[in-house]
Amino acid sequence: MNILDLFSAALLSSALRMAAPLIFASLGGVFSERSGIVNIALEGIMLVGAFAGMLVSYYTQNPWLGVLAAMAAGAVVSLVLAVMSITLRSDQVVTGVAINILALGVTGFLLRRTFGHAGQSPSVVKLADWSIPILKDLPVLGPILGKHTPPVYLAFLAAAAAHIILYKTPLGLRIRSAGEHPRAADTMGVNVFKIRYLCVLISGVLGGLGGATLSLGLLSSFVENMTSGRGYIALAAMIFGKWTPLGALGACLFFGYADALQMLAQTLGIAIIPREFILMLPYVLTMLVLAGIVGRAVPPAAEGKPYER
Amino acid sequence: MKRLLVLSLVLALAFTVGAAANAAPIRSVMVTDVGGLGDQSFNDAAWRGLKRAEEELGAAIGVVESTMMTDYEPNLANLAESGADLIWAVGFLMTDAVDNIAPLYPDIKFGLIDAVVEHPNVASFTFKDNEASYLAGVFAALWSETGKIGFIGGMDSPVIERFEAGFRAGVKAANPNAEVLIGYAGNFNDPGKGKELALTQYNQGADIIYHAAGATGLGLIEAARETGKYAIGVDSDQTVLDPEHVVASMLKRVDNAVFTGVRDLINNEFVAAHRELGLAEGGVDLAYSRGIEIPQEIVGQVEEAKRAIVAGEIVVPGTRAEL
Repeated sequence: MNILDLFSAALLSSALRMAAPLIFASLGGVFSERSGIVNIALEGIMLVGAFAGMLVSYYTQNPWLGVLAAMAAGAVVSLVLAVMSITLRSDQVVTGVAINILALGVTGFLLRRTFGHAGQSPSVVKLADWSIPILKDLPVLGPILGKHTPPVYLAFLAAAAAHIILYKTPLGLRIRSAGEHPRAADTMGVNVFKIRYLCVLISGVLGGLGGATLSLGLLSSFVENMTSGRGYIALAAMIFGKWTPLGALGACLFFGYADALQMLAQTLGIAIIPREFILMLPYVLTMLVLAGIVGRAVPPAAEGKPYER
Repeated sequence: MKRLLVLSLVLALAFTVGAAANAAPIRSVMVTDVGGLGDQSFNDAAWRGLKRAEEELGAAIGVVESTMMTDYEPNLANLAESGADLIWAVGFLMTDAVDNIAPLYPDIKFGLIDAVVEHPNVASFTFKDNEASYLAGVFAALWSETGKIGFIGGMDSPVIERFEAGFRAGVKAANPNAEVLIGYAGNFNDPGKGKELALTQYNQGADIIYHAAGATGLGLIEAARETGKYAIGVDSDQTVLDPEHVVASMLKRVDNAVFTGVRDLINNEFVAAHRELGLAEGGVDLAYSRGIEIPQEIVGQVEEAKRAIVAGEIVVPGTRAEL
């Protein structure tokens, strides 16, 4: 492998595809946590989104309706987290873990109910690739960015939108204040409960999108537990990105690149870094960040604490 | 005197029970793992084997589906209490359940698929995956035009290593210059990753890829369809998933194992031991797609390799070290 292989179009576009579902979920995590709610449930939200997307595309033959269904289903699951953790003030981590286990069971059950067998759904209509007119003819970037499944592009747009909302709008200020000092925000007339509900729902919509990216963007079917830990990696990326949309975007791209690189290295028969290490990478980096060894990450001050008036 | 009477009564009773058992058909019932019937894999294959035993041997058959891992033991125990003669536990997930239940019912026979438990009333069946993988390797080497052939594994475990070793040996035998690209996904349930691995291998010049990666391998089939290249399936006949791109499939004949077990019991030849079923025993095989034309010379060479393995002329390696 020479140095150019590290930047080959095939490798970089593979990295983008690996990163796309993570980016949505990670942005979802940013919204939820910046408002003060820990969202471990992203894994389950993605899984339910992936299932709902597949199911609606199966019945309507329209993958875009599937994407909408995935967003809606993600919102419904996140509503459970919202009611439990905001209104009923339950432990957010425990609730999130419970939702993940529930999501695994519910999707498996519905899969069997719908198709009469376990494991995998039939093939459904997936999202057609977009090829972007001017972008695809550019010399170097063209082969990397020119043609992808739509969620890859939407992920970047979502990251930009999230950045603008959180840092350039009054709503963003309210969200951040709800996560940093809800009492102060409340006295200034911000409805902390409403803000938190909104943010958890946004994270559900984004998590659902991340799931649909898997079942309708990258693949064209649902497989039991197909998210296989991406929700947790997305959370790790969010922490590595220091709870900011652009940081999370960068972290997801980095994780996607690392994964694509280890797959290429395996294929070429080079053991630069053991595969197991790459699998650990997101978590190791997250721990290093949390320990303050690589940069310094400060979570929102009121994160994880139920707010009581 | 009284003691003698009791003894003769007991003996008489034993004889009647024995005679009754001989007259009634053998009752063989299976317990599925959580996959349940309709999994298009192990459980369905086991059920086919029982059906065949019903038709050809006149066995009475039945099935109990498990919905949770915690169902295994009660399901096995209930069947044992209900007087089944031979109870099948389908899948290695049920290993512990069989290990716990079988000793409690020493008079009832148990059959375990894809794992090994040692009790005097348990027949364990495993499969020589490497032999059929060797055939897949021969097929792939002859099918490939680029001379580059991919292998995608789930977890790098001894079981999957057996697939890899057999496959690589087959490729080398059919085309010594061919190169095998190898990739492990690290799990069995991530088709997204399976697809990326496949695309990476196709990108590096592979034109046919064999997988032993469970649901992760479903991503390979998507990648083959998208790029117009080829794949070889595993365990069940996956050529039906996409006959134009999944050109062959390694088969684990769970049905044959189950049928063999029932037949042995009926013939009073039940073997309460571990048996490994290979090509010779009909335990594994290679299926060809019926949706695409397979050149006769490929079929010919694969069948010749099969004959040589069955005849013992070729010994297929089961680990990388033996390659």
